[in-house]
Formats: sequence, structure tokens, C-alpha cells
Amino acid sequence: MASYVPHTDQDLARMLSDLGLADLDQLFASVPAALRLAGGLDLPPGRPEPDVAAEMARLAGRNRAAEELVCFAGGGAYDHDVPAVTRALAARSEFVTAYTPYQPEVAQGVLQALFEYQTLVSRLAGLPVANASLYDGATATVEAVNLATAATGRKAAWVSEGVNPRWREVLATLTAGNGTQLVEVPLRDGRTDWAALGPGPDGPPPGALVVASPNYLGCIDPLGPARAAADAAGALLIVAFDPVAAGLLRTPGEQGADVAVAEGQPLGTPLSFGGPYLGMFAVAQAHVRRLPGRLVGRGHDIEGRTAYVSTLRAREQDIRREKASSNICTNQTLVAIAAMVQLAWLGTAGLRELALRCARGTRYARESLLGLPSVRPLVSAPVVREFALELPRAPEVVVERMAEEGFLAGLPVSTEGREGLLVAVTEKRSRAEVDAYVQAMEKVLA
Amino acid sequence: MSAPGGRAASSPLLGRAAEPTIFDLSVPGRRAASFRTTGMPEWPAEQLVPASELRPEPVPLAEVSERDLVAHMTRLSHRQYSVDLGAYPLGSCTMKYNPKVCDEAAALPGLLAVHPATPPAYAQGWLELMWSLAHALCRVTAMDAASLQPPAGAAGELTGLLLMRAYHRGNGRSPHKVLIPDSAHGTNPASVTLAGYQAVSVPSGPQGVVELGTLRRYLDDDVAGMMLTNPNTLGLFETEVASLAEAVHGCGGLMYYDGANLNAILGVARPGDMGFDIVHMNLHKTFAVPHGGGGPGAGPVAVTRALAPLLPGPVPARLEDGSFTWLVPERSIGRAHGWHGNALALARAWAYILANGADGLKRVSEVAVLNANWLLSRLRGVYTVPFDRPPMHEVVVSARGAGGDARPGRHGAGLRAVDVAKRLLEEGFHSPTVYFPLIVPEALMIEPTETESPETVAALADALVAIARQGPGPAAGAAPRTTPIGRVDEAGAARSLVATWDQG
Ligand SMILES: Cc1ncc(COP(=O)(O)O)c(C=O)c1O
Repeated sequence: MASYVPHTDQDLARMLSDLGLADLDQLFASVPAALRLAGGLDLPPGRPEPDVAAEMARLAGRNRAAEELVCFAGGGAYDHDVPAVTRALAARSEFVTAYTPYQPEVAQGVLQALFEYQTLVSRLAGLPVANASLYDGATATVEAVNLATAATGRKAAWVSEGVNPRWREVLATLTAGNGTQLVEVPLRDGRTDWAALGPGPDGPPPGALVVASPNYLGCIDPLGPARAAADAAGALLIVAFDPVAAGLLRTPGEQGADVAVAEGQPLGTPLSFGGPYLGMFAVAQAHVRRLPGRLVGRGHDIEGRTAYVSTLRAREQDIRREKASSNICTNQTLVAIAAMVQLAWLGTAGLRELALRCARGTRYARESLLGLPSVRPLVSAPVVREFALELPRAPEVVVERMAEEGFLAGLPVSTEGREGLLVAVTEKRSRAEVDAYVQAMEKVLA
Repeated sequence: MSAPGGRAASSPLLGRAAEPTIFDLSVPGRRAASFRTTGMPEWPAEQLVPASELRPEPVPLAEVSERDLVAHMTRLSHRQYSVDLGAYPLGSCTMKYNPKVCDEAAALPGLLAVHPATPPAYAQGWLELMWSLAHALCRVTAMDAASLQPPAGAAGELTGLLLMRAYHRGNGRSPHKVLIPDSAHGTNPASVTLAGYQAVSVPSGPQGVVELGTLRRYLDDDVAGMMLTNPNTLGLFETEVASLAEAVHGCGGLMYYDGANLNAILGVARPGDMGFDIVHMNLHKTFAVPHGGGGPGAGPVAVTRALAPLLPGPVPARLEDGSFTWLVPERSIGRAHGWHGNALALARAWAYILANGADGLKRVSEVAVLNANWLLSRLRGVYTVPFDRPPMHEVVVSARGAGGDARPGRHGAGLRAVDVAKRLLEEGFHSPTVYFPLIVPEALMIEPTETESPETVAALADALVAIARQGPGPAAGAAPRTTPIGRVDEAGAARSLVATWDQG
């Protein structure tokens, strides 16, 4: 078996004898005999490294990766190219095997990278302060709602149905205990219908309105009406944005968002079967002291040198304990560092070009598919990132049949009682791949 | 004795000049990015995005060459301590060596390049991996079913407490209080509040563990349950755990196991056998998933049969024909993650479990405990040991009074934990955890882990002893002087907040 314990038998014997113990078992004298596990763990024996590698390769071989099952699925996880430089720098063991930067004098590397990450997220969001990462887009949304209910003292949030349905489910799960009332606001033709609630349902007034733009159907959901609805209700506005589409769209901040959240996976993180991803989180200045998670600040050492350090620590669970508004400790720093590298590699012109290439592929694929008989748009609002189509067959069946043709066709979605297929096209998809996809779709729908 | 492999004092961390930020390095027009040839029509932005939504200018990021980007990040990496550089004895955090074979496994394209919405028939490898891992974790903890969704320990705590809540509701009850010992980690009370419960702190006894007699005074039928870390954050096994569990169960409560310290008891004892109902594990501690500078980790939750139908779903399941699929438990509390959890962290943990096996995992705990005991034997008499009983995998000592007499005005009185931490950096080791647990003044919480050799543990002990013997004074207060920057003015940074380059 592989062993990462350096001790030789002689080491063990000598250390035990130094401690006056006869064997390793005696180290556990404080564990009551009745609780001791007799016979050891019911697991196979350890294996040598090459066997472990072979077993992991066997498991990996039982999946069909995005190369074989050409990926047109999005829904919060996007198949972008990740350049070699991002992979190489995010794999540096100085970052990979470090802990949370509790001793800033020997953690300037991680701290400065996070400071640069925070700056980039702040610019993407159009808000002055961003934290050093949360787990993913879903939990960033939960934290944003918790921030808003704490800031307003109102235990309710109105959430657009354009917000990723899995994120909404996580929101419902993780706020079940703290008494936040969640009210869903319907979409009409791909945009949130804020008027649908009228004066609002019974119950407490909302502390937050939550909207996504682009939303789950890929549509641009105008933030002006969302801001107006938030003002009318006296609530904070939380906007879920997309960090790639951000290359083309106006920022949440300039359109009145109090909090902006995003799933950061499209910035340098592979599909990874859904994790680890990256929760991006930015706030207006007024909410800095309620920011969940870690925040890196720039200051000085006692001799006046520039120094980066975790700051406003009094917000965090280790100090505030039961009064903390967030419990996050371990976050997603390494994924944030990858995103920082990816954004620096893309650069000012590159992010715009990336967004543009995604929008072009999206349009090309959408128009091509709409050329097929009985394929119709599910909604008509403008899209940039992905799009939803109404098909003449059940979307679940289409996904299955398209997989046989070598495509991950998309995700089934529904809106206003109608079903459709959600299709994403990134800069990685060529015209030839889209043409082949459309051909396969024609066959599947025939 | 041979030289200690875990001492990093030779690391040059070149130069003490500040590293410019990526924004300082930016030159207008310079670029690194290039994109694939796709043959797509090249519609302009104005034809793709409504004018009212289109941003007039690109988002200002940085404009650097790939070469400068690599140099910048490489220099930053040289200003960063890591397990790969040397010993990292942060108590509670379990900074053990992270085997490279696990990195390679997590980088396999067949794991990395799979979309999370891939139909189960095309993701059998991932489902088999997750199913196998969930089962192995249940065997390690004596639980019946697990969800791998929570992305870290704190997320596991909240999920576990919401399971507790759903369980009580299912029985038509809604108790309000969750008991936690005063030595508990900050995430415990924070999670309790988020779950809608009231956190009630139970004092540890003179032996550093919770005593049944004390616990009884806090028990009534408004108690939903108790959270316990075992061994606890003092590194001590909660010897009365079985009777604590019985008493909590007796008033209708459930027992929650914070698995941050599970690495001390692998193959030796199991939470389920101690009476726990809900367990979270920090795979980034016990199962060697690297900490990534603060994350990502993974915090799966495992439960007894009674709670299994409530678990977050979907969970991986094996069908009669041996294939795998997703199944939502019948009374699931709902998703705790946007997809299936931190999957690549789960893959690393599975590779680690395969490599170690039953025998290797037990050896992990044995040697982790041996190293901690051996370290303590070298610190005793120099540092104050507040609860001087044989520890498990970590030791908690106090810097107050270290190296001498703790009475005011005497040598040893003024040594602070922070000074010990900073001095240790000068000796070529990362600092231990300081000021935690809160019940020990000037606490130093030291966890050598099983992957540090006796030579390294001895050198670490020698360094700690030398620091205590020097005692407080200008040298301690001025440390560290060998690092890229000196001691940081943390209060100053908080007072005049600069959280982005644009604010600077
Ligand atoms: C005792 C204890 N409980 C809980 C946690 C929280 O785990 P995580 O950081 O993975 O959220 C930690 C670690 O930070 C811990 O040491």
C-alpha cells in the first residue's frame, strides 16, 4: 500500500518508549473500551500508488467527457476553454497546499492574489467591494438573502423564477431554519413580471428582491424594473449576473444592485462534474460590514511596507460565533485564484471578445435550430448566453437521443407551464459542431 | 539525529521589495488571450445585444503578457507558506501532506471535463465514485447513509442541523435549543443560529471534557440536540460521550458530531458507536484534500437510518443490475448544493482512501496521536498545559507563563501566543493555531499530523522550547524579521479599509 507516514519501525519503538508506552494501542487509553472498534474498519486493504492511479483511471473511463459528448449544456456550468497558463498557475502547490492566510507575514502570495481577485470582481459587478469567495453561485445567493434580511430586519425575500432553479432550491433548503419567507415572482416571456405580485402577498414585507440577468433562460432581464420594484417595496436588490456575459452587458452596480452574486466557474474552472466552483459576491459600500466570508485589505507592516491581510475580521464566525450572520470558514480560495489568473489572461479586450464569441455562437445555433420544422423559441426576450427552445418532443427524450448521437444537448427547462430545452454555446463550439448538432437534432425530432 | 524534513528555514523568499499588483503591471493594448478558430459569423456586438443593455466600454481588467502574468504569480507563490514547503502545525486544521497521486487523479479528463447535468448513463464513473465514497464514509463513522453535497465543514454543519430540525418536525416537535461546549469551533454556534436554533454553551469540566452532571443541568425537552467534536478542540477524547448521548437522547434530542477531528480516531472508534446521529466530515482535513489557500474542501454529512430519508438529494444509488443512478430521498430537506458537491475534492478523498485502506487509515490516526503525545512530552514543563491529560492528535498549551513564572512581573508572564507564533516563523516553521479554543488564555493549538517525521516534530519542539526560554521582550515583539514583510498592523488595515486596488 501507499504510505504517507514517514515513521520507521525503529522510530515508532523509540517514541513509544520515550512515552513509557508498550504499543500504539495504549495511546488510545482515554477511549473507553466499550467504544473501541474491534476488528478494524470494514474497508479493503490499502493499495500501492500505481494501482490507485489505475482504479481512478478506470472510474474516469466510465464517464463520457465533454470531448466525446460535445457539450451544449449550460444551466450554471459552462464548457469554456481553459488556457494552459491558468491550469499551470492554479496547480502551483504553494497555492494548492496552503491554508487560510492566518499568518499574513508568510501568506502574502495568497493574500495579494485575493486582493487582485476582489478588485476584478468589484469591476465586473460594478460595486466597490467584493469578498474573497464563497462556495458557489447558489450559496452566494443564500448569503446575499441573509445579508439583506439582516440589514433590513425583514424576514422575507421575493425571488424571480429566472434565478437558477437549483439555486432557488438551495436557498429554500438553507433558509428553512431561520424563518425567511420566500416568494417566487413569475417570468412572463422570459422576463420577471414584478407587477404579478400586486401589492405583495400576505406576510412580512421583503428585505430583498432577487433577480438574475442573464437569467436561467439566457434572457437579459432588465434591471430597471427590478430596481423600481425594490424601491417600491423598500427592499435591497440582489442581482445574479454572469461573469462572461459581463464582458458585454452593463454592470449590476450601475443599474442599482445592492448586492451582486455570480457563479465564477466560467472563469478558468473546468466543468468538474459540478464542483468545486466559485461564489462571487460584491456589495455596495453601505453593506461592507455585513459582508459574509473573508475580505483581504491592503495596509502596512510595522515598518511601513505594503502588506495584505484578512480584515474586518470581527464579522466572522470565529469571533462573533452565534451572532455571526454567516458561518462560512473554508471557502474556495484556489478557485478564486484561478479566476484571477483567467481574468488577467483574458485582459480588458479578451473578456469582451470572449463574451462576444459566446453571443455569436448562441445566435448562430439558435437561428439554425429555429430553421428546423416545429422548433419554436420558448420565450422571445433577447438572449446572450444560452437560449431555450420549444421542441416537438419531450426535452428529456431529446437529451437521451442526442446523447446517442454524441451530444450533450442541453437541460430540460420549463416556464409559464411550457417545457423546453436550454442550450448553451460557448466560444469553444465551432460552426461545424453547431451544424452537426442541428443535423442530429433534425434526425432526433423527425 | 538526521535533519528535519519539515523545517523551511532555508527558503529564501527572495527579496523584501513589494510585488507590484497585476494592475501596476498593466500596459494598454498588451494581451495574452487567444481564441479557438470556430468559423462562426462575426456579428458585431450592436447586433447581438440591445443598445440599452450594451456596455459602451469593455470592463477594465489588466493588460499583461502571459510571461508577465506567470512571473507575477510565481513571485507571489514564493511569498506563500505551504505544506509542500514545510511543517504546518495549525491545530484543528489538519495540515497533513497531500499525496500527489490524488492531484493527478483529480486532473483526469474523464473526471474533470464532465458536465454535472450529464445523464447518469454517461457518468457511471462519477456515480460509482460518489456511491463508493459515501459507503466508505459510512463505514468509517458507523452511519447508514450520506450526502456528499455540502462543500465544506460549516456547510455540513448547517445541513446536519437542518436535518435535525426536519427530524423533530417529522415527530411533531419543535424544540429550540442546541447545546454546544464552550470549547467549540466558531462555526458551530454560527450554524446553530442559521438553522434557527438558539445556541446554549455548556462549560467544559476541570478535565477539559463535558461532564454528565453538568450536561444534565442544561437538558430539558426544549433541547433539539447537542453538537460535539470528539476528540474535542482541546485534543482530548470526550470520555463521557456515551452517557452524554444517552442523556440527550433521553430528552428527545439528537447528537451531532463535528468531524473536524475524525482524523484522530480512524479505525479506533466510530461516532455511530458513541451514540451520534448526524456526522459531518471535513475531507480537507481527515482525507488529505489540500486546503487551496483557504478552500475548496468538502463537508459530507452522514446519518443514522432514522434520518436517511431526510438527506439532501439527489444521492448516488446502485440499481440491481449494478449500474448507478441518482435518487432523491423520500422526505429530502432539498438540495444543499447547486450540483453534486465539490466533486473533485471527493475524487481526491476517494483516491486517498483507496491508497490507505483500512490498515493505512488506522495507522494515520495512530501516528497522528503518537506525534502529538511525543510533542507534548517535550513541551511539558516549559509551556503551561491547562488540561494535562494524554492528548489525541493535537495539543493545546498556553503561552502565558511559558518558560518561567506566570505571576505578574516575573519572567514568563508576558509571553503572548501571537509572539510565539511570529517567532516560530523565524525558526522556519508555520505557526500553530492561536487564541483558540477560547477557554484557554494565550492558547497555542498544535497539530503535528502523522506526515511529519520524528526529526521534524523534535525540531519543532526544540524551536518552541527555545522561544519560551527567551521569553517576552523586544525580540519577541519584533518578530518575524526573516519573512517577506514584518509583523502586519492589522488594526490599521481595518481602520482605513482598502479592499480593492481602485480604493488604494
Ligand atoms: C473543530 C472545527 N469545526 C468546524 C470547522 C469548520 O470547517 P470548514 O472550515 O470546513 O467549514 C473547523 C475548521 O475550520 C474546525 O476546526
